[in-house]
Amino acid sequence: MSSTQERVEFFDKNGLRTDGRKFDEIRPMSIKIGVLSRADGSCYLEWGANKILAAVYGPREVHPRRLQKADRAIVRYRYNMQSFSVEDRARPGTSRRSVEISKVSREAFESVILTELYPGSVIDIFVEVLQADAGTRTAAINAASVALVDAGIPMKSIVSSCAVGKVGGKIVLDLNKIEDNFGEADLPVAMTQDGDVTLIQMDGNLTADEFKEALKLVETGCRTVHKIQKKALMEKFGISDESANEEEDEMSDDFDEDEEDEASDFDDEDDGENEDEMSDDFDDEDEDGASDDFDDDDEDDGEAEDTDESSKSNKSADSKLSNVKTKRGASKRRTKNSKNNRSQNGSD
Amino acid sequence: MSDEVISILKRDRIHNLAIEGKRSDGRAFDEFRSITLKTNVIQKAEGSAYVEFGDTKVIVGIKLQKAEPFSDSPGLGIIMTGMELNPIASPSFEAGPPRENAIEMSRIVDRGIRESKAIDLEKLCIKEGELVWMIFIDISILNDAGNILDASCLAAIAALKTTVIPDDEETGFKSIPMPIQDLPVGVTLVDVGGNIIVDPTLDEELVCQSRVSIIVNENGEISGMQKGGSEPFTFDEIYDMYELAVEKCNYLRETFIRDIALLD
Repeated sequence: MSSTQERVEFFDKNGLRTDGRKFDEIRPMSIKIGVLSRADGSCYLEWGANKILAAVYGPREVHPRRLQKADRAIVRYRYNMQSFSVEDRARPGTSRRSVEISKVSREAFESVILTELYPGSVIDIFVEVLQADAGTRTAAINAASVALVDAGIPMKSIVSSCAVGKVGGKIVLDLNKIEDNFGEADLPVAMTQDGDVTLIQMDGNLTADEFKEALKLVETGCRTVHKIQKKALMEKFGISDESANEEEDEMSDDFDEDEEDEASDFDDEDDGENEDEMSDDFDDEDEDGASDDFDDDDEDDGEAEDTDESSKSNKSADSKLSNVKTKRGASKRRTKNSKNNRSQNGSD
Repeated sequence: MSDEVISILKRDRIHNLAIEGKRSDGRAFDEFRSITLKTNVIQKAEGSAYVEFGDTKVIVGIKLQKAEPFSDSPGLGIIMTGMELNPIASPSFEAGPPRENAIEMSRIVDRGIRESKAIDLEKLCIKEGELVWMIFIDISILNDAGNILDASCLAAIAALKTTVIPDDEETGFKSIPMPIQDLPVGVTLVDVGGNIIVDPTLDEELVCQSRVSIIVNENGEISGMQKGGSEPFTFDEIYDMYELAVEKCNYLRETFIRDIALLD
């Protein structure tokens, strides 16, 4: 956050923001699912002027082998900005900023993905920012979340992310570019549908009261995002809106069609070694010129979670939805078994 | 050509179909997949284009920077072409600095644009010996379903054609559209079962051993050429390929590139 807030008008005389939104409104978001034929799951997301493309590969064999975990899959997340995505050309390759964002974003998913189902394998999440316009990490998480569902990765919940901030002394939702550059605080959050916070960062200054207000507001923002994600997924997988509204009851038995598809896509063609190279130049330029020293609140809430998801009673529509593509109607138990077989095959 | 693996069954089928004069997706040997081209897709770039060849997806963004000219060409602008094989595009692409494939392909695109003199580099001079415009042509592969090189060539020239060089207050440089003098387009040809085919799919790329990429300028002259892969070609084959390439490049140029106009 820059301190040069003199003379920047954040609100017009009606209290509307520079782009005409109210304080609690997010920018328009659109989602396309399954856009990349090579990926196991993919998503193209536009949020305001942000354009994000996310792909999920896996579960697949881990290279190099030493990264394998015997009891669960590892999750890798790569956030990358295209050189042409910003006003001043970004140098291609890894920056300190993108490494940090990749880390906290991965941690936002690690507790949500049922990694125990795929021991010895890897779930790769790749996010490319084609155009950046404030809030790319939250947009990237939202796209990745939908791509994970498209890939049929079993998850406890969809992850929804939104930022809240303080501009001109007021708490507002989903900062735009001007607000991000000249505002007083920026607080991105990622949340599951059960309200568990899987990512939180903050940059800037907030009083205790403002912080409380911000958290309340950002929760509504995440829920709005979640609705948009859910709607896109429902449409993609041919689930009508009515059943979406009846949530708890209706969803469970709906997917008993075309089980036979399940076995068909097993080509795990992995090759090449993965050297995790990083370019040496630690170019500290933030996309928006703001400083990038975030306080990492690495909440490791997930590891202790109950691993047997079928014992959970509070399943809601979406956690099932996130299994739709993999299971194609199989029971949870069966999915688990077949998935275990698969990953064993893969790690032989 | 690629590190990927293709099953023997698939390989045989593609090969046998080719001997019968057919392709697995029903196209003629000299037929492209359906091609989509959109320009001005990235508003933050000075020029941009998005191209699809079937499932293959490529995006190109043009960025401009002021830079010191090279000492052997003090009055000429600079072109830098880079290609990124993003890991989202294929299970065999990995993150990290460009490897030989990406470097080779970006250099082929670069050569076509440079050698055809597609850009009048003299017009990119701001102050001779001190400051010129540096043009970054950044090619980003989003989905590799075969023939990313031709898609990249097409997207690169399309993106350049939509580029506007902005005013520069410090030096008094007045905004101009990108000074385009030629429209080079590339076509890659591969040999499958003794037949020369255009626009190979990924499977066809895996079946063939070699390819020839030919960049053709507006006059039908070759502006760049490169053989890739380990199998040899005869001179006759290469000449046939050249004739086919000229025809196909003209088709691509007139259909997709000629009528692209600046946004404003």
